[in-house]
Amino acid sequence: MAIIVKTNECKGCGLCVKNCPFDAIALNADRKAVVGAGCTECGKCVDACPFKAIEKKSLAAAEKKTVNIHDYHGVWVFAEQRGGKLMNVVIELLGEGRKLADEIGTELCAVLLGENVKGLTDELIGYGADKVYYADAPELKSYTTDAYTKVIYDAINEYKPEIVLLGATHIGRDLGPCLSVQCETGLTADCTKLGIDPEDKKIQQTRPAFGGNLMATIVCPNNRPQMSTVRPGVMAKAEFDKNHKGTVIELKPSLKAEDLRVKVLEIINSVENQVSLTDAKIIVSGGMGLGRPEGFELIQKLADRLGGVVGSSRACVDAGWIPHSHQVGQTGTTVKPDIYIACGISGAIQHVAGMKESGYIVAINKNEAAPIFEIADYGIVGDLYEVIPAFIEALDAKNK
Amino acid sequence: MKIIVCAKQVPDTTEVKIDPVKGTLIRDGVPSILNPDDANALEAALQIKDADPDTTVTIVSMGPPQATEMIRECLAMGADNGILLSDRAFGGADTIATSSQIAAAIRKIADYDIIFAGRQAIDGDTAQVGPQIARRLGLPVVTYVQKIREFKDGKVIVERQLEDGYEVLEVQMPCLLTAVKELNTPRYMTVHGIMDAYKADIPVWNHDDLGLAPECCGLNASPTQVLRSFTPAPKGKGEMAAGSVKDMTETLVDRLNEKHLI
Amino acid sequence: MNAYLEPKHEMVRKLVRQFAETELTKEVIDEIEETHEYPKEIFDKMAKCGFYGMRVPQELGGQGADYRSYVIMAEELARVSVVSNIWATTPNSLAGGPILNEGTDEQKEKYLKPVMNGEMKICFALTEPEAGSDPSGMTTTAVKDGDDYILNGRKCFITMAPIADYAIVFARTNPDPKAREISAFIVDMKLEGVSTGAPEKKMGVIGCPTSDVILNNVRVSKDALLGEEGSGLRNALATLDVGRMACAAQAVGVAEAALEEAIKYSKERKQFGKPLCKHQAIAFMLADMATEVEAMRGLLYQAAWMKDKGSKEVGKFASMAKYYCAEKANEICGKAVQIHGGYGFMKDYKVERFYRDARVMTIYEGTSQVQQMVISRAILK
Repeated sequence: MAIIVKTNECKGCGLCVKNCPFDAIALNADRKAVVGAGCTECGKCVDACPFKAIEKKSLAAAEKKTVNIHDYHGVWVFAEQRGGKLMNVVIELLGEGRKLADEIGTELCAVLLGENVKGLTDELIGYGADKVYYADAPELKSYTTDAYTKVIYDAINEYKPEIVLLGATHIGRDLGPCLSVQCETGLTADCTKLGIDPEDKKIQQTRPAFGGNLMATIVCPNNRPQMSTVRPGVMAKAEFDKNHKGTVIELKPSLKAEDLRVKVLEIINSVENQVSLTDAKIIVSGGMGLGRPEGFELIQKLADRLGGVVGSSRACVDAGWIPHSHQVGQTGTTVKPDIYIACGISGAIQHVAGMKESGYIVAINKNEAAPIFEIADYGIVGDLYEVIPAFIEALDAKNK
Repeated sequence: MKIIVCAKQVPDTTEVKIDPVKGTLIRDGVPSILNPDDANALEAALQIKDADPDTTVTIVSMGPPQATEMIRECLAMGADNGILLSDRAFGGADTIATSSQIAAAIRKIADYDIIFAGRQAIDGDTAQVGPQIARRLGLPVVTYVQKIREFKDGKVIVERQLEDGYEVLEVQMPCLLTAVKELNTPRYMTVHGIMDAYKADIPVWNHDDLGLAPECCGLNASPTQVLRSFTPAPKGKGEMAAGSVKDMTETLVDRLNEKHLI
Repeated sequence: MNAYLEPKHEMVRKLVRQFAETELTKEVIDEIEETHEYPKEIFDKMAKCGFYGMRVPQELGGQGADYRSYVIMAEELARVSVVSNIWATTPNSLAGGPILNEGTDEQKEKYLKPVMNGEMKICFALTEPEAGSDPSGMTTTAVKDGDDYILNGRKCFITMAPIADYAIVFARTNPDPKAREISAFIVDMKLEGVSTGAPEKKMGVIGCPTSDVILNNVRVSKDALLGEEGSGLRNALATLDVGRMACAAQAVGVAEAALEEAIKYSKERKQFGKPLCKHQAIAFMLADMATEVEAMRGLLYQAAWMKDKGSKEVGKFASMAKYYCAEKANEICGKAVQIHGGYGFMKDYKVERFYRDARVMTIYEGTSQVQQMVISRAILK
């Protein structure tokens, strides 16, 4: 494919330049659009041009096929285990993989590597795998790039899956790129949405880019397998069904010393440290609406439940209810969490200046005219001493 | 020691804003910067150079001609020289094509003990090019390096960050390591360094220099294609909860779930 | 984009901005304002970046940068913290300038190098209680005694004096008041007879101590003479010429910061049902401020460019830049406070500090009235 500007039709209006997310189009001296090196063929300019002077065209040279894609069948999920336990994302991948496999009309398989973890194969089958490819070797006990790449690449070569999904964990994002080079195929990183094109049954992978400012849907038309790493926590988990049947296929890993150039000396699990306000993904903040210093205990409880950090308005800090290090706002810390929950905070300008860039703002306040509701994504008018316990209850109920 | 650092010039995505009316990215006035993780990669190399002044640090970057500015920034921090891979034929490269082009450049440089790269670039966030380069060069790779413990007997001992801790790994050199921000704090440029950097010659290599045919570069060599791109739905007017306290909080949990926030 | 600047100057800007925004956080600045102490770590880090020897050739261990790089450094530091800019420009101009201008190789080795590395502090002792804008009223004397000189007198408002290792002292070497024979000496602050007064309590630029320097029969050897006998005034004026540009630059920096804060606040603050910036009175005020900041920049960069190109007319332009930028910075900071309303009067908002820090800019390094004298003399000759 390529983006072609029909010079005769181009009026030099510059709309394509303005709309290009990659700064890849410019107007030349004759005020004609020229496509530059940064073009990713996203097609925004094609839609933006009011004169239909830009089109996306197939180029014969670009359409070359490197493999016979019809030889490839099945959806594979990398069954990442650490210390003999499956990662949560594997269950999510099996849930999503099931949907994809059903849409294509093919089988769902898991690839499991480790030492003495055969017990996990039942779990994988219960979560929907029709086949589990299993390799057992001492060298596979913990993840190493070289060994895992070798074993899985050999399996891909032999069994030819059309889709390979990995969790976008620190391990998946190490293994995926190495496999993609071995297979000379495309890999789409950190996907948040997957779908199947109903016509050609190819996978469409959607992922955020530009720090989440832009979403891109990516395809891998001519190479196989089509590979994605998938962001943990995004896809719905598969349901466990103990009656689901599947087969286990043993892989025979052939690992030589030169395949193992990285040695794992030790693995250290550390408890998560208390994160700072600046780095926190979730912040629960309390204001004067708490009415008394003990109110922060409830705030803390909600923060703990959500895995977040406690913030405060300036007034509570000035009143001596909570140390200054918790203060959000102009004279405190500026924060940008994914979720900001303002409890009993009216939303004075100094406070808002420090948190308005938050991803999703929840406001709980008795006063429906409180300015905090102007910037809130979700506002609850009510007594926080009733709302917060109910919220915690609702969270618990959902999790069951 | 001979060190290569892979670096990328990226738009400062924290400065990118969305046009609220058109829903498009506003890139006017968005500054280009040295990718943050790459600055950590460079710092790791410079710390080795601090300890052993015989070390040379070479920057390899791919990008438009303006990326020489970023290479000069690296020189002003203390790198010895830099090479820019820039060619119309490299345009539209995905990670597979990018890693092939950079690997070709590193093969041409030939002499190196260690390659550093940043974990990921903030414009694409793929974290793929580093390990892919290593694979193409047949080198061992460690991604997410948070600490370099020691060098001994042609090996390096590093800590690799995991979500729930870290692992200690011993790697044979030459190897490729990708840096996370916890690895170090990048130093500032010096004024002296800036003055010298603007006297330096920065070679620009094209596909011929890399010995790659144009059809083996850029878009032509990229298995993935962008089908479409779009800006996420703009933040609408907030929603005011209705109903009983139970209704309101349950809806809130639903909203947070829908947005994958919890 | 600016016609007088090259890419390397923008890179210097990038470095200093990165430094200032990373190191000079709100916490650090609040602490300086509260304790009146400047953190040593930051002082040392600025030395490492090379901020103290900007114009000194690389052969002498300096940075080998030009005047444009220098004014950009001053502008960018002042944009975040005016007092940090004083710490950075002092070694370049008041401390290092006279030695770079007229020092012997030994003096450069002994004083200039450690000043650039941040290991030594030197203050510039010119002003006296009765000799501010007019140095010819100077009464400090240096009387030759064999191979030595005996210094007597009192200097006032001397920046960094309480913490300086050395002072460059300007004194009369000819007792005849009509002979304007002034010489410069590098005086060890530990010498017998040298003392400093109590640090002054200042309105702004908190965090760099200022005091008197008192010289009571201080004996210095002839090695302490900087340049020749009688070259002191020339050296002082040459130093102040450069200082003028740095001062103009810091005025640009603080004005730019005040404008940024005013714009930000005017978008956030709502009155009468709409943001302040949607009120024409405020919007037009911002338009004036923005225009003035650009005019200030234009004048400053032109002066620095002329200095880099060796233009003979630079003196006039440096004075114009200093005069205009300092006056406008005061107006702009005042307007920024006005836009902030009551909040602008409170220390919680940065503009309060900007307003206080800007005030001295029309006074030191040659008052606005002295600049008017220089400019009028140049155009009326």
